[in-house]
Amino acid sequence: MLEIKNLSYKVDDENESDGIKDIIDGLDLTVEDGKFVVITGPNGGGKSSLAKLIMGINPATDGQIILDGEDITKKSITERAKMGVSFAFQAPVHFKGIKVIDLLRIAAGEKISLDLACEYLSRVGLCAKDYVEREVNGSLSGGELKRIEIATVLARGTKLSIFDEPEAGIDLWSFQNLIKVFENMRKTVNGTIIVISHQERILNIADEIVVIENGKVKMQGSREDVLPQLLGTSNASQIACEKLGGDL
Amino acid sequence: MAELDVIQKKILEEVADLHDVPEGAYNIRANGASAARNTTANIDIVSKTDKPGIDIIIKPGTKKESVHIPVVLSESGLKDMVYNDFYIGDDADVIIVAGCGISNCGDQDSQHDGIHTFHVGKNAKVRYVEKHYGEGTGKGARILNPVTEVYQEEGSYVYMEMVQIKGVDSTNRTNIAELADGARLEIHEALLTHGSQEAISDYKVALNGKKSSADVISRSVAKEESVQSFSVSIEGNNECSGHASCDAIIMDQAKVIAIPRLDANNVDAALIHEAAIGKIAGDQLMKLMSLGLTEEEAEEQIVAGFLR
Repeated sequence: MLEIKNLSYKVDDENESDGIKDIIDGLDLTVEDGKFVVITGPNGGGKSSLAKLIMGINPATDGQIILDGEDITKKSITERAKMGVSFAFQAPVHFKGIKVIDLLRIAAGEKISLDLACEYLSRVGLCAKDYVEREVNGSLSGGELKRIEIATVLARGTKLSIFDEPEAGIDLWSFQNLIKVFENMRKTVNGTIIVISHQERILNIADEIVVIENGKVKMQGSREDVLPQLLGTSNASQIACEKLGGDL
Repeated sequence: MAELDVIQKKILEEVADLHDVPEGAYNIRANGASAARNTTANIDIVSKTDKPGIDIIIKPGTKKESVHIPVVLSESGLKDMVYNDFYIGDDADVIIVAGCGISNCGDQDSQHDGIHTFHVGKNAKVRYVEKHYGEGTGKGARILNPVTEVYQEEGSYVYMEMVQIKGVDSTNRTNIAELADGARLEIHEALLTHGSQEAISDYKVALNGKKSSADVISRSVAKEESVQSFSVSIEGNNECSGHASCDAIIMDQAKVIAIPRLDANNVDAALIHEAAIGKIAGDQLMKLMSLGLTEEEAEEQIVAGFLR
């Protein structure tokens, strides 16, 4: 179980009267094991910052992050990774010279076979043999990099997997495939999945939806309870924003 | 000819991936003298009479053969200078492996300066691999100053891979190339320096021929207090295309200098230079740490991939 208690993340901001901006502001959230949770809300509300706080990429200013009863707030990225937290970056990182197979092997923590590497790539809809020897760099398209990023998280197979806006920066065609990847993951992954997303189709496969606004949890509940309040038209994020008074 | 000892065999493995004497033509030079040689029906190796070194003569049309000319120095205080001239016949297609390794356990400097000249015949193809390696616990420096001169005739293709990853204290590399019509040259340099090492690379490519082309690519990592300087000059004297790229990772207190120079002397010369120097990107480290690596392990992976 992931418990977040009174979490704050403050950054310097000269536009604020006191010179400090509260990105996450005393946030409380509990995520039960094995749930598929989608975090949504207006842009700038703190969703991605929260995801990075859980992974340890952003340092918490105050409060606690507790994973299975253990306080991980002060632990490094590496320690959290070893405890079973995975993170798919919103903007996949490029590496000169590191191949897809290398990255999958690092992720798996062992020298996995080509067959197994191909299996992970197939699960994210990539024709594996065309990709294993490719370098993880700008020669791959945004959609390809995004799927490789997701494959690294699958290869880790940890108890908590966080995906930061998997749909960001990919074209419509890739998006259709991406949804299938998550629908599939929904069925096959046993651990807890947290997805930061604006997309109705991802909201549609959630067990739980959390709405974050101004660094706080605005709403949390089952998909059946929360989604009707957010929807009404096909554009979930727009409606969410209107309801929450934010802007796109 | 002398037998190779254990240290010399180990160095041989590092610089030429050789466990023992290679297949095909070879000349192994150990501590300033020829230690072993083999010639084939198509590849002859002849000692020079006027100065130290050898002539390697490859007959026209020789296909899929290789020449190994590794050099090993295991004696402290040795200064070795050698001239190797390659004559590669028209239409030949060969691999040349020329590594140099120094094991210096003494307190005097050991130095090897190899001057390699390539005369590449019409439509010939050459793949040239040169690895440098140094080891030893002594205070004596391990110094390598290689010079390559490449003269390419019409339609020839030369691929050069220069690797120096470990243990060489000081290197001053000079490379000169002149290309005739339709000739193509590709150079890939991978360099890692650490401690107080110093490495200088200087490339001068003259694209004299019509539709000649060159690609000079350097990837380097400078750690600790080491200093690197990379200069590349491409001269476009005809309708030609040239590209040079210097990509360096800088760490600790190291220094890296990149000096590009393009001389376009013909309106149809298309020349490009790119240079990028920077530390390892924070997001690269964070991504690998999020996969369970420590910061040090992440750095190692990034550096190893970069120099691959």
